[in-house]
Amino acid sequence: MTDVEQVVAPADPTSGAPWRHLDPRMLVVGPLGGLIQLVPVIAVLLFTGRGEPVRIWAALAIAGLLVLTGVVRWRTTRYRVTEDRVELHSGWLRRQQRSVPRDRIRTVDLTAKLLHRIFGLSVVRVCAASGSGLEQHGLSLDAVSKAEAERLRRELLERPSPAVARPAAPAVAGPPGGPATEPPGELLARLHWSWLRFAPLTFSALAGIGAVVAAVLNLLDDLGLDPRDVPAVDDAAERLAGAPVWVGVGIVGAVLLVVAVVGSVLLFAERWWDYRLTREPDGTLRVLRGLLTRRSLSVSEDRLRGAAISEPLLLRAGRGAQCHALSTGLGRGTQGGALQPPAPRSEAHRVASAVLREHPLVITRAPLLRHPRAALLRRMSRAVVPAGVLVAGAWLLGALVPALAWLGPASLVLLPSAVLLGLDRYRNLGHALTGRYLVTRLGSVHRRTVALRRSGVIGWTFRQSVFQRGSGLVTVEAVTAAGQGGYQVLDIGAADGVALADAATPGLLAPFRGLPSPGRRRAAR
Amino acid sequence: MQTAPPPPPTALPLRPPAHQVHPRAVRWWQLRDVLGTVLLTAPQLAVLLVLGADAPGWLPVTAGVTAVLGLAYALVVPRILYRIHRWEVTGEAVYTLSGWLVREWRIAPISRVQTVDTEHGPLQQLLKLASVTVTTASARGPVTIRGLDADDAAELARVLTETTQAVPGDAT
Repeated sequence: MTDVEQVVAPADPTSGAPWRHLDPRMLVVGPLGGLIQLVPVIAVLLFTGRGEPVRIWAALAIAGLLVLTGVVRWRTTRYRVTEDRVELHSGWLRRQQRSVPRDRIRTVDLTAKLLHRIFGLSVVRVCAASGSGLEQHGLSLDAVSKAEAERLRRELLERPSPAVARPAAPAVAGPPGGPATEPPGELLARLHWSWLRFAPLTFSALAGIGAVVAAVLNLLDDLGLDPRDVPAVDDAAERLAGAPVWVGVGIVGAVLLVVAVVGSVLLFAERWWDYRLTREPDGTLRVLRGLLTRRSLSVSEDRLRGAAISEPLLLRAGRGAQCHALSTGLGRGTQGGALQPPAPRSEAHRVASAVLREHPLVITRAPLLRHPRAALLRRMSRAVVPAGVLVAGAWLLGALVPALAWLGPASLVLLPSAVLLGLDRYRNLGHALTGRYLVTRLGSVHRRTVALRRSGVIGWTFRQSVFQRGSGLVTVEAVTAAGQGGYQVLDIGAADGVALADAATPGLLAPFRGLPSPGRRRAAR
Repeated sequence: MQTAPPPPPTALPLRPPAHQVHPRAVRWWQLRDVLGTVLLTAPQLAVLLVLGADAPGWLPVTAGVTAVLGLAYALVVPRILYRIHRWEVTGEAVYTLSGWLVREWRIAPISRVQTVDTEHGPLQQLLKLASVTVTTASARGPVTIRGLDADDAAELARVLTETTQAVPGDAT
């Protein structure tokens, strides 16, 4: 088996690019993957009855069907890279033709699950900027050889764009189809195992509980065990049932905590094993990571519109943070463009600075302007009023149902928390306009500091509720093609908000500025 | 077209966009609100009719309140919306103002516009109205001008498409 893909059709004279098949190894990997998913079904078929021939035939038929679909899929799936498009034709009964214009490609994502890795394959996912219709989501090639994937990644991202003329653009790729040589990129960051301490501080801790419980149950199930059949477990359950309620709650809580910590650490290790952030010679940023599933996310640097520092409450308390790329056309499954695992705060700012090639003080560490006092009032009322409603509801419920009388007093704890939340949300509000970036920070439970390149702003939305109008505030949203599509400057003074937007994108707002005078009439054109 | 009422005061130092929507838009919004009221009231009336005397005592009250509130909303709010909703297209930008309790000013540069769509809902078709939606590369970016005369909307879309194509750039 060679790494060079088989040429299917003669080169089309108009496009000059031959059609290619997926890697022939998919003939094995595809059915095998399907088989693994169907193991439970087949196991039930084979082992539950008394070996009736029907069951064996059914199992064989499933296997045969899988092989057949694999062959058909491989035969009917073709792709090619022409001068200006990537095209993928697939399907037999229901033909699909997808194509992505090359100048819209924003990221190329290589993923190799365990099975793919064993066979030296990799899935190539091409994400395009949101255009119209089919072009919106890009396409994925499942799967090609590792070398071909690497070649495609370079070919598709190394696009000499007219705007950014790069010296020495060609001659980047090594021998095509050769072994995947380690790219000589500039190393921007790599994993420190001490960062494992941040793993339990992220939401993946919750996912960790799920993962560990699911894995344990799965294992028990595979071994044909019911947890209740194990004498020790049964015994423990009985003792627990006999003990007072708070002991039970405490023990279950402690067990869950331990499980969460262990699970999150395992998840962290799986996700971020051998993490490296590099800048490739062709000007793309590349995040390599993963233990079982090896992932490679490449973000074309001229598609980068800024960076965001994300600090969920627990992570912030542990002085940790995570840097995300704001790039156009980041698809799902890229963890929101995460450029690094949860890391020390200074490291997150350093990565943002290295990636954007700017000093931290003009991006995510820029000194921020505070928002008006009225914003504090608004943050406060938005935190305290819902809490007050909840407390009132709890008292009411306590009064109606005597057994729940403790609910009212217990709910009082919500009020000081709401006050703290409101204070913190106000304290975190801030914005700044630096040479090339608009910086904004908001949030308490999940604090985000966003540095958005001013040239990446493609519109503005000003939103003002009745209450905001009363207190002279406005929420300004910078619309952008990258990331979430828009980033807010929350509760800024009305005049300041317009001035900020006007200064960030000179000229755009100028024709519309001016004090609205109530009595003036405008003639319709 | 009667003389335009004065623009409502806004706390933002942005002047309102130049044009109002078509006066028939008021009818459209009213029709929409009346239909909504009917949708909310009809099931309650149906239950009343079916159950007859067995119906709970509060049902006529809620049905009445729904109908009165809904009709009052249909009577008052569309006029307010008409006074607020405004739009403007210049050589550089599309600019709209909409909303009632939450005002929303949207500005999209022409150079970043990717697609221009016109849209006629069933009610809008009845009144020969249309909406024009201008989409940029951002998921949060679309700017919609609602309640235009159908012919004006088609003309606006044509002009916008032409202007967009004349302005270079890949819109991101």
